[in-house]
Formats: sequence, structure tokens, C-alpha cells
Amino acid sequence: MTAQTRSRTDRAELWRLSRGSLVIGVALMALLALTLVFAYVPMGAWNAPVSYAIAAAKALLVAAFFMKLKSSPALLTLAALAGLFWLATLFALSLTDYPFRQAGERITAPVPSRIGTESPL
Amino acid sequence: MTDAAAIRSAEAKEPPSYLKAGRTVASWLTTTDHKRIALLYFGSITFFFFIGGAAATLIRLELISPEGRFFTNDGYNRLFTLHGVIMVWFFLVPSIPTTFGNFLLPLMVGAKDVAFPRLNLMSWYLNMAGGLLVLACLILGGVDTGWTFYTPFSSMFSNGYVVLAAAAVFVAGFSTIATGVNFIVTVHVLRAPGMTWFRLPLFVWTQYATAAVIVLATPVLAISLLLLMAERLFGLPIFDPAHGGDPVLFQHLFWFYSHPAVYIMVLPAFGVISEIVTCFSRRRIFGYTAMIWAILGIAVIGFFVWGHHMFVAGMSPFAALVFSFLSFVVAVPSAIKVFNWTFTLYRGQIYFEAPMIYALGFIGLFTTGGLSGLFTASLPIDVHVTDSYFVVAHFHYIMVGGSVSAFFGALHFWWPKITGRLAPDRWARFSAILMYFGFNFTFFPQFVMGYLGMNRRYHHYAPEFQIYHVTSSAGAAILAAAYLLPMGYLTWSLFYGRKAGDNPWGATGLEWQTTSPPPRENFVEQPRVDEGPYLYHPDQVAPFEEAPERRQQHDPQGKSDPTRAGMEE
Amino acid sequence: MSNDAALKEPFESLDRQRLSAALGMWIFLASEVLFFGGMFLGMTIYRQIHPDAIMEAARETNVLFGSINTALLLISSVTMVLADKAAEKGLKSAVLAFLAATAALGLCFLVLKGFEYREDIHEHLVPGPDFKLHTPAAQLFFGFYWIMTGVHAVHLTIAIVAVSTYFVRIWRGGFPFEGSAALPVLGLYWHLVDIIWIFLYPLLYLGGRT
Ligand SMILES: [Cu+2]
Repeated sequence: MTAQTRSRTDRAELWRLSRGSLVIGVALMALLALTLVFAYVPMGAWNAPVSYAIAAAKALLVAAFFMKLKSSPALLTLAALAGLFWLATLFALSLTDYPFRQAGERITAPVPSRIGTESPL
Repeated sequence: MTDAAAIRSAEAKEPPSYLKAGRTVASWLTTTDHKRIALLYFGSITFFFFIGGAAATLIRLELISPEGRFFTNDGYNRLFTLHGVIMVWFFLVPSIPTTFGNFLLPLMVGAKDVAFPRLNLMSWYLNMAGGLLVLACLILGGVDTGWTFYTPFSSMFSNGYVVLAAAAVFVAGFSTIATGVNFIVTVHVLRAPGMTWFRLPLFVWTQYATAAVIVLATPVLAISLLLLMAERLFGLPIFDPAHGGDPVLFQHLFWFYSHPAVYIMVLPAFGVISEIVTCFSRRRIFGYTAMIWAILGIAVIGFFVWGHHMFVAGMSPFAALVFSFLSFVVAVPSAIKVFNWTFTLYRGQIYFEAPMIYALGFIGLFTTGGLSGLFTASLPIDVHVTDSYFVVAHFHYIMVGGSVSAFFGALHFWWPKITGRLAPDRWARFSAILMYFGFNFTFFPQFVMGYLGMNRRYHHYAPEFQIYHVTSSAGAAILAAAYLLPMGYLTWSLFYGRKAGDNPWGATGLEWQTTSPPPRENFVEQPRVDEGPYLYHPDQVAPFEEAPERRQQHDPQGKSDPTRAGMEE
Repeated sequence: MSNDAALKEPFESLDRQRLSAALGMWIFLASEVLFFGGMFLGMTIYRQIHPDAIMEAARETNVLFGSINTALLLISSVTMVLADKAAEKGLKSAVLAFLAATAALGLCFLVLKGFEYREDIHEHLVPGPDFKLHTPAAQLFFGFYWIMTGVHAVHLTIAIVAVSTYFVRIWRGGFPFEGSAALPVLGLYWHLVDIIWIFLYPLLYLGGRT
């Protein structure tokens, strides 16, 4: 096999390897464009959920295909899910607190002028 | 348990022990042998235990008189902060996992080493780096925030070296995460052929659960400290109430780690006690599977209860109810474990040697600590005892009465395996009993005075509490003696102790099937396992009939075995 | 032959070694998720308490820099995956090219981030007495902005250094990259740094644009 033919078969193999990943890459860029556009569409309270849903979709693509969770032993997915489960615990139990605070304990927006007067200078 | 004959036959060409595999200082400082790294950790942990202990001694000295004779207010604040920071992060959290866990986990699962030996060494160096930072902080003048680093005091008002202390804990946190990752992978991937999950000794299960807690909780501590450092160094308003921030958010993040940290400290102790109680009562563990589910249950539910530290911090009443309820729930698996140890003793043949005395002491002290934990989990009582000596006594019963007793129990139990020498049992028994009494003298009065209204973290106090403080300080002197004694006789045993055989206690478990001390590769031949753990007697026999002759012989230090006589010095 | 060179103590087969490395990295990544999760929790809570002030502040970040940087990181994840795939087939020059591209894209991200920081400082977006906005709670947003992007940049820097190190080792030869677990594991870390940015992007750049 001459060097030239080898490099040609290498290139062909490379193309075959990378096709799938390139498709995912294009999908990711499309999602990026989508989320950017949606950020400027007035949807009231829905803007934030939509942008995070798109972020979750992107993350899922990266995790499943680039991080190979789809073709790995279930054990690895379990480790990933453990992280997410405990993150959910942190959020869920912290949110038993803030929305249910009593009037006296609730955090209120401070008045702007207070900051200037408190400064020691 | 294993193909012991194969190991025996290979003894003729016995390889040198891990201690003799290299004698230079460099061979220790660059080692990737899990057993040597365990000994490196022994060194650092013992060092910090005595620094933290020295701080405790000074605290007890100061509290003998109600008017605060020796220290300024600021000096006293720095003293108890130092005691807490060092004892929690540089002794208790790493104590059993990095020493006995490192040493025994690969042996118990039948592996040559942990999964990532170089990461294991790096973990020790990170621990050292954290240790140097905390020493720098101590030499420069210390911190006055308490070990909890509460904002906004720590971020805006404290004049101690908060950033240095927080950085020390941050770095030490990385070191424990490295150990945790290593343990989880080792248990998953490197178990010997036939060593199924439900044949693992409970010590391995507790190390596994502890590692999981470490890996999932420590990052949240790291981020809370990082945010605190950013606020203090760069003035970023993160928890600042003047900008609408919430200092209680820091507490949420801090306790998301620091409650599970209690289980990082006490789960490994559970493992130690399970090994010792079975061996010295010559009984199978009662409810092996229930024990495993209890371990995993504690590890998971332990994450759901952190708010019980914040009942008076301004949390919502709903959150307080949820956290109070869940704190009661987490007591259930702990109680299962205590009951199962007790049932294991039932109709056992109990040998009161030093490790067993430590273990029995553990059960008593841990039960007291756990029951007082139910008091503090209950909302109305917690409001009464918050920030009082009742809470101080409660967590010392768990951490000192529990974890430290187990640490000393483990030290005496596996000392022959680690060093190849037996500790003098009479001295060891004496110091175990001394520790039990010293501990109760020190901390039981604190329950009483705390309930009566003595606040923690004050060195001026009402004179009617003096009698309790004096009792407590006297007990602390006894306790100090009980901690110092083993230093003496264990060192003595290194040179003059009787040589231990492979299995001086007649215990089950792969670690006892290899030589004492083990060779560099742990086993001459890859061990194979075809039975469950703790086979001290045939199944179904011991509970129903007295049949001592059918139990595996316990060979207390080889006294009953004439063939061992030649091994005495 | 090269596969034997990649095998290290205490493992007896390459498959187990690769599984261990991947598992170890995934456990560490779970840890990282909780590390960043603490900051996301803080932002979630503050956003709920001070919705108007946080949105007002979120409008001040530069969405152009943010979007270009997101695109750069997404592309770098593609090149990282390609480097890994090429390594499995033993295509050395392709591995080197993709690793170089990955590191270069990461560097571009950092350079752009630097320009963005300069602009932020210029516009008085650093919390303090002369902060641009007068609502006090708006400073909370920028407190988190600086620390979250800063910590992310530190992670990315570590990843770039690691990629460059492997580039040099493979380029010099003798590094058994086909069987080694190092590249796939490094890839996992790189992708996590990418995923974190995927969530930082809507949090820091897309809020309050309508
Ligand atoms: Cu707690």
C-alpha cells in the first residue's frame, strides 16, 4: 500500500467516523440559534422555561452521543443520574424554605439609598 | 472462605512484606501502595488529632472557672474554631476511610491495590497542602468564626484569617473527593472472582456508602466556601442582606454538606463495629442484608435532613416541619444497626479483648448520642437547646464517643495485620475502659448544663454551671490519658510485641488470609471466594442451641494454640 | 502491542481499566454538577425573590459575546469527539489535528471572554459603590456572573492544558493513545465543561431580553 492510498483510505474512514458527530454538531448549532431567537420573542413567564428546556435538550445530546452514555454500560448512566438526583434534592428541599417564609423572615428588596449611607467612607 | 490451601502452599516462597519493599524516605513519599499511603495518612491524622486535642485541652482548662481567666474573648473564639476546623476536616472526616479504608478495602475485596493508585497518593499530598494552609492560619493568628463559617460575620466582619481557613478546608475537600472516587471504582471493578456484592464484608459496604456521600456532598461545601471567599476577597455581594442577599442561603449550602458529613464520620465506624462484634462474639452478623439496606438508607436519607441545623435561623415553618420529620426518619436505619449488633451478641461467645471493649463502648455511646439526636430533631425541644451544651454533648457523643472509639477499636483490631505485631492486651483493655469512663465524665455533664441553659461558645458563664464544667474538665484529663496511652504501648509493641500470625483473632475476611504484614501485592495468588462473610459457625446453629464446639475457634492471641508458642519473642 | 503498554497496575485487562477510568470520571463529574449546582441554586432563589432587579441586570450582559462563545464551545465538543474516534482507529495525524483544533477553540473562548470582561469593567458592571445599576439587588446577579464565569474559565483552562499535554505526548510518539483511557476520559471532562456553559448561557445572557 503506498502512502497515498493509505491516506485516502484514512480519509474515507475518518469521514465515516465523523458523520454522526457532525450531524449532532449541526443540531446543537440549530438549537443555539433557536434559543437565541426565542429569547427575543415576548412570551411572558414562558421565556425562562423555554430557554432552559432548549439547554436541557442540548445537554442531553452532548451527554448521550458525545459522552457516549447511549452506548456505555448502565453503570455510567447511574453515576450521571446520581449527580442529577442529588442536585434535585438540593433544589427541592431548599425550595421548601423560600416560597413559604413568614412575613417577618422574608427577604425584601433593600432601598437603594441605604447602601450609600452604610459605607464607612 | 477462600482457597486457603493454595495460599498456604505458596508460603514457601513468601515475598517480603510491604514494609520491607523499600526503606528510603523517597520510597515512602512516592509510593503508590495503598497500604503505605494508609500509613502516611496515619501520620498526618495523628498529628492533627493531637493539635485539635491540645486546643480542646486549653478550652477545658479555660472553662474551669466562670470568669474566663486565661484567654481574651477573641482568643477563646479562635481556640474553639481551631478545635472544630481541625478535628472535623483534618481528623474525623479523613480518619477511618483514609487509613483503615485505604489499607483494608483492596485487601477485603481481594484486589492488588485501589483502582487509581497515583490518584490515591495525590489525595494525600492534597491533604498535606490543606494541612499546611490550616497550620499557616493557626500560626498567623487563627479564625474566630466557629467551624461553621456563618455569613455575614465571616464574609464581612470577622478579623480572623477566614480565607486561609476556608481555602484549607477547600483543598482538603478535594483530597477526600479523590479518595471517594477511588473507593467507589475499586468496589465496582476490582472485586475478586466470586466476591459478589452480597458477600462483601460490611466494612466494605460502609466505605462504599461513605465514598458516595463524600463525592456528592463535598462539592457543595466547596462552593459555599468559594462563594464566601469571593464575597470576602472581592466584595461580591452573594449573601449580603444590604443588597437583598440571604445569609441563610449560605447555611443551606453549608449544611447540605455538613449534615451528611456526620455520616462520612460515622458510617465507617459502623463498618468497623460490625467486623469487631462478629469476630469477638463468634457469631454471624444478625441481619446482614438489613444492615446493607440500613447503610444505604442512612447514606441517602442523610442528605434530606440538613435543615435541622437551621430551625431558629429564620427558615419557613413548612421547611422546619419537613426537615424535622425527615430527621426522625433517618434515625430508623441507625436504630436497625444498633439492634442488629445487639442481636449478634445474643448467644454469642463474647471475648472481652480490647477491640471488643472499644466496640461495646461505641454501641453504648452511639446509642446515647443518637437518642439525644431525636431530642434535637424535635422542633420545640430544639428551640430550647439550640446553641447550648446539650447540642455540644450530642454531637460529641456521636463523633468522639462513636467515631473515635471505633477508630481506636479498629486500630487495635487490625494492628497485628498492619504491623505484624500484637499489642499488649492488658494495657489496651485498660485504656479502652479508661476512654469510656473519661468520655462520659467529660460529656454527660454537658447534657445537663446545656439543658439548664449553658450556652456554647462562651467562656464567661453563670457560676451555678461551674460544678458541671469542673466535672467535665476532670473527665477530659482522664480522656486525654486514654488517648495518650496507646501511643506508648503501641509504639512499644512495634519493637517488643509478640509476632502476630496471619490471623491472630481467628477472624473471617480476606485480609486475614494473607500474611501479617501483607506483601506489596497483597496476595500471593489471586483469591477466589465461594462463601458469604462472617461464617463463624454453620448456618442456623448458634441461635437455637449451645454448640460451642461447632463454632470456629477463636484464638485469642494464640494463647490456646501450642503450635504458636514458638512465635513468642 | 500498544495496548499492552497502556495497561497499568492493578488491572488485568484493558477493558476493565477503561471502564474504571470512565466510571471514575463520571463520578467526579457528578461531583462537579453539584459544585456548580450550588451556584445555580443561589441564582434560582435570588431570581425568585427579586425578579425585576435580576432581569434588569441580566439585560446588561453582552449577548453577542455570549452567543459566539457558546458556538465555539459546541464546535470544540465536536472536534473533541472526533479526536477520540480517530484515536480508537489509530489515525495519529487526525488525532493531532482534532486535538489542536479543540485546544484552539477553547483558547478562542477564553480570549473572547477576556474582551468581554474588559467591556464589563469598562461599563461598571463590577459590584461595588460605582455599580452601573441603582437597584441594590441587581448587584447580586453580577456577583454570581463574575464568580460563575470565572470558575467556568478555570475549568476550561485546566481542560485546555490537559488537551495540550496529550497533544504533545502523542505528537512525540510512544504514547499508546489507541488503548489508553486518557483521551475518552479527557473528552468526558471537556464535554462537561461545555454542558455547564450550555446552562450558563440562558442563565446569564438570555434573561430579560424581551
Ligand atoms: Cu445534622
